[in-house]
Amino acid sequence: MRYAYYPGCSYHGTGKEYESSTHAVAKKLGMELVEIPDWSCCGATAAHGKSHLLNISLPARNLAIAEDMGIMDVTTGCAACYQQLAHANKRMTENKETREKVNKITGKEYKGTLKVKSLVEAIGTIDPELLKAQVVKPLSDLKVAAYYGCLLVRPPEITGFDDPENPMFMDNMMKLAGAQALDWAHKTECCGASLGVSNLDVAVRMINRILKAAVESGADCVVVACPFCHLNLDWHQKSVNKQLGTTYEMPVFYFTELLGLAMGISPDELGLKTHFTDTQKVLSLVG
Amino acid sequence: MELINLNQSIAKNAHFIEEIGIESGQPVQKCYQCGKCTAGCPVAFAMDYTPNQVIRMVQLGMKEDLLKSKTIWICASCSTCSTRCPCNVEIAHVMETLRIMAGRSGTAPAGKAKYVEVMYNALLSTVEKYGRTYEVGLVLQNNLKSGKLFNGAEMGLPMFQKGKLKLSPSKVKGAAEVARIFSEVRKMEGGV
Repeated sequence: MRYAYYPGCSYHGTGKEYESSTHAVAKKLGMELVEIPDWSCCGATAAHGKSHLLNISLPARNLAIAEDMGIMDVTTGCAACYQQLAHANKRMTENKETREKVNKITGKEYKGTLKVKSLVEAIGTIDPELLKAQVVKPLSDLKVAAYYGCLLVRPPEITGFDDPENPMFMDNMMKLAGAQALDWAHKTECCGASLGVSNLDVAVRMINRILKAAVESGADCVVVACPFCHLNLDWHQKSVNKQLGTTYEMPVFYFTELLGLAMGISPDELGLKTHFTDTQKVLSLVG
Repeated sequence: MELINLNQSIAKNAHFIEEIGIESGQPVQKCYQCGKCTAGCPVAFAMDYTPNQVIRMVQLGMKEDLLKSKTIWICASCSTCSTRCPCNVEIAHVMETLRIMAGRSGTAPAGKAKYVEVMYNALLSTVEKYGRTYEVGLVLQNNLKSGKLFNGAEMGLPMFQKGKLKLSPSKVKGAAEVARIFSEVRKMEGGV
């Protein structure tokens, strides 16, 4: 499997563990991730509030470059980037007028031949037996709350690969890795995304609900597929504790980190030491 | 909210109602106020008008109240409402359309709404300059413009220690192409 890979702006910053664990897991699974040359920002999460055209044109530049690579599928780990690329792709393939207008803006010709897949879909559609064959250290006894958030599964007209209310892709992957995926209530509740930057007092209330539900479900950790969700649930867990008087100590992992652990990849290579909420509790559980 | 004369409001703002329908592409007139959008909205607690009220206000042509409302900025665009609407109105997209219209009309958001707009501008200005989001530049500009100087300041050191803070922006080779996208959109639409 060959993918044109879009890392997204957080790849060497706040989301760097996602980046390193993605590459480590992809290698094990025989997925080839070819970085889109000179990719640029997709506009998340700001362009949508400023201009419809800008919101399509920023991701469109990347689609046009990717199309020239001669690879059919584009993938990205970040849920916000995925949403932006998939949205622009849909608008440009469905409507010739939009496509021509946007191509004029970007100065690049996108013909509309690509498929955009989230990393969750790309890995989640691999033959389960193939994935299972790579699991050398099953995450036995680990109870995980798979958290999808919003942009990965909504709106279904754009995303469409999983159920928008009760998605199961990550749950199924966690089961293949030997973990117990819990049935819990806040799988798709929004974490507030960039409200964590602009209005933290609002975001902490949203984050609190998710962490509370995860604790009540009996989870050892939360599993995510988006750098923004990770930043809010991991780093801002401290802000929630401070502002609302809670005492959360809930480790938050990217799904690729847990898959990587089950595949015997070292915690250092996966980037497990750079989380803000201590991961040791879970690491000792899975040996 | 003051008492309003519906006939007058609708007559006066007929153009606005039509414009929202066309620009958002959403069948706003179909909404029958079931309230499902508001029931599931994770950020309704911080809004001045709830999502179902916003759609009703669109139907009633309450342009000014809508364009200066906090709701259209505080909406997190999570699309829970859009996914659940029995009339297939993508409410989150209507919110975005209102936000864009507010920007175009020069309606200045205040308070929490202003903080959202400031963040948008801070992020996009780093993209226009470097071609990618520059997280440090974004936060600095965000804090200067919002007046919340020490917002996230406690994040700096731990982020740096974990190697998650890149102090210099990574500029793409085609930064000029990205800047061109901004200028072309401005030419077509005015503003941004």
